[in-house]
Amino acid sequence: MSLFRNIVFTAVIAGLLSGLLLTVMQSFSTVPLILQAEVFENAAPEAGHSHGAAPSAPGAAAPAADHHHEEEAWAPADGFERFIYTLAADMLSGIGFALVLIAVSEAFGGFKGWRSGLMFGIAGFLTVILAPGLGLPPELPGMPAAELGPRQIWWVSTAVCTAIGLGLLVYTRSAVFAALAIVLLIAPHLVGAPLPPSHETAVPMDLYARFVNAVYATNLVFWAVLGALTGVIRERFRAGEEVSAGTPARLASR
Amino acid sequence: MVLNSAAAAVSISASKIIPLSMTALLGLFIVGFVGFSHLEVVHNAAHDTRHSLAFPCH
Repeated sequence: MSLFRNIVFTAVIAGLLSGLLLTVMQSFSTVPLILQAEVFENAAPEAGHSHGAAPSAPGAAAPAADHHHEEEAWAPADGFERFIYTLAADMLSGIGFALVLIAVSEAFGGFKGWRSGLMFGIAGFLTVILAPGLGLPPELPGMPAAELGPRQIWWVSTAVCTAIGLGLLVYTRSAVFAALAIVLLIAPHLVGAPLPPSHETAVPMDLYARFVNAVYATNLVFWAVLGALTGVIRERFRAGEEVSAGTPARLASR
Repeated sequence: MVLNSAAAAVSISASKIIPLSMTALLGLFIVGFVGFSHLEVVHNAAHDTRHSLAFPCH
C-alpha cells in the first residue's frame, strides 16, 4: 500500500502548488475576461444583439437566457469568495490530473526526474487542452454552444484517443502501431465536435481572442509545472519503495 | 532504449496494478467531479475553473 500512499502524497503536493500557480495566473488573465464577458451575457439575454436593447419584462426574458439557473442555485459571491472557490477547484483539478499522470507514468516505468515529468506534463497539455480545444475551443460565458452532454462525450473521447495515440507513438516502435496512433489522433477531429446551430454572440471577438490565448498560455505553464513537480517529488519519495530500481534510475536522470 | 522501455512496460508486477488503477480512478473521479459534474452547485463553484481549463460548460 506504500505505493498508493506515496503517489497520493506526491499528487497532493504537486496539485496544491501548481493549482495555486494556475489560480494566480488566471486572476491576471482569464478571470477578468470571464467577468467582462458576463457583463455582455447578462446585458443581452437574446444572443445576437450586442446593443443590449432593454428587455420588456425581465421575468419573461429569464427562461430564454441559458444562464437563468444561476439565479436559482447557490453560487459563490463575487470577489474573494469566488476566488477561493476557483482556487479550490484549480487545486483539486491539479491533484486529480497529477494522480492520473503518476499512475500512467508508473505503468511505464515511472518518472526519472523532472525532465521526464516535464515530458509527461506536456503530453497532458496536448491530451487535455490542445486536442479537445481544436474541436471545442475555450468558451466565454454567453457564447453559444451545443448540448452539454454530447460535448462532454466528445471531449472525453478525444482526450482518451489522444492519450492512447501519444502513448503508442512513444512506447512502441512498429509501423502498424504508429499508423494506429495517427488514426487515433486524427479520428476525433474527422468525426467533429458537436457545434451550436448559430455562432452569433454578444461577446466581442477581440475579448474572445484574448481569452483563448490566455487559456492556452496559462494551461501550458500549469501542465509543465505540474509535470516537472510530480517528476521531482515522486523521485524523492520513491526511496525505499523499490531498492533495486532506485539507484540506476537516479543515475540516469543526471 | 527501445528494449528498456518495452521491458519496463511488460514488467509491471501484479502487485502494482491494483494501486495504480486505484490511483488513476481516484484522479479521474476528482477531475470528473470538478469539471464535468452536472450539479448546479458544483458548476457554480467551479465556474471560472471550468472556463479557464476549457472544459465544456453550460
